[in-house]
Amino acid sequence: MKGIIGKKVGMTQVFDEDGQAIPVTVIQAGPCYVTQIRTEENDGYTAVQLGFEELPPKRNGESRLNKPKRGHLRRNNLDLPDLRYLREFHVKESDVEEGQMLTADVFEQGDRVDVVGISKGRGFAGTVKRHNFKRQPKTHGQSDRERAPGSIGATSTPGRVFKGMRMAGRMGGQRVTVQNLEVVVVDAEKHLLAVRGSVPGARGGILLVKSARKTKARQ
Amino acid sequence: MTDLIKTLEAEERSFPQLAPGDTVRVHVRIVEGNRERIQIFNGIIIRLRKGGNNTNFTVRRIASHGIGVERTFLLRSPRVEKIEVVRHGKVRRAQLYYMRERQGKSARLKERR
Repeated sequence: MKGIIGKKVGMTQVFDEDGQAIPVTVIQAGPCYVTQIRTEENDGYTAVQLGFEELPPKRNGESRLNKPKRGHLRRNNLDLPDLRYLREFHVKESDVEEGQMLTADVFEQGDRVDVVGISKGRGFAGTVKRHNFKRQPKTHGQSDRERAPGSIGATSTPGRVFKGMRMAGRMGGQRVTVQNLEVVVVDAEKHLLAVRGSVPGARGGILLVKSARKTKARQ
Repeated sequence: MTDLIKTLEAEERSFPQLAPGDTVRVHVRIVEGNRERIQIFNGIIIRLRKGGNNTNFTVRRIASHGIGVERTFLLRSPRVEKIEVVRHGKVRRAQLYYMRERQGKSARLKERR
């Protein structure tokens, strides 16, 4: 499995050889460092921990990380820069070494990837926005019911509202995975990756890009 | 940071400066099966939208029987081979949608010099 941590830059479109415009999301991917390899013996599971985004020191020269975090990046013979984000990728077998640097060219053009991000927070959203409920009539004697949810259950039997009833509430701000996106551009020098289609989260949000779990051939 | 990277994504091409009201000849590459040929679309630019790789413009022409035909081109698309500006029209607005209601004499534009 291949993976890298990135930041959403925004969307644009690029042209393929036929002149067809492809909508893409640009991701600033890497450089990432392998900060730790989790093994069955030590940790009970196998994974690769990557670190992303080097942190410059504060103006007075102090590191922006606390000592335990710095210690994690400088333990044994590792000498990694201060990194803002650490994320783990679950893999069965790791083909990387601790301290190794990964760039956008772990992927190549045409690869299929899954992208994980934190969706945009919508706050307390009603049922129309949150669960795609239909609106009610605006006319025919209706008032104040346009975006109301409608009935949420019967009366005395069962005398309660069933668990899991879809209602208004907090929406967004959740971890969302988009599967099987095509990698359209790889530019390791500029640390850029562009994938076809949209990706969860706001611009500047942290994204995990990994090779697709379920790949479907595209016509 | 974000804007910088986005401009890197878009490639600039050397076309003449376009403006709404201009009469242009757009040379478009058309693929038929495995043959490629160039088609020319002649008309007036009635709309020009900027936005990086999405920069596009709409050309309106009057086809046979006085039927108006509009076609939108992506300025940076490799399918647009060449653009020739035949004439600059004198117009007072950015979107010339009023041209759709005009035909014959009233659909003329004065030349800008």
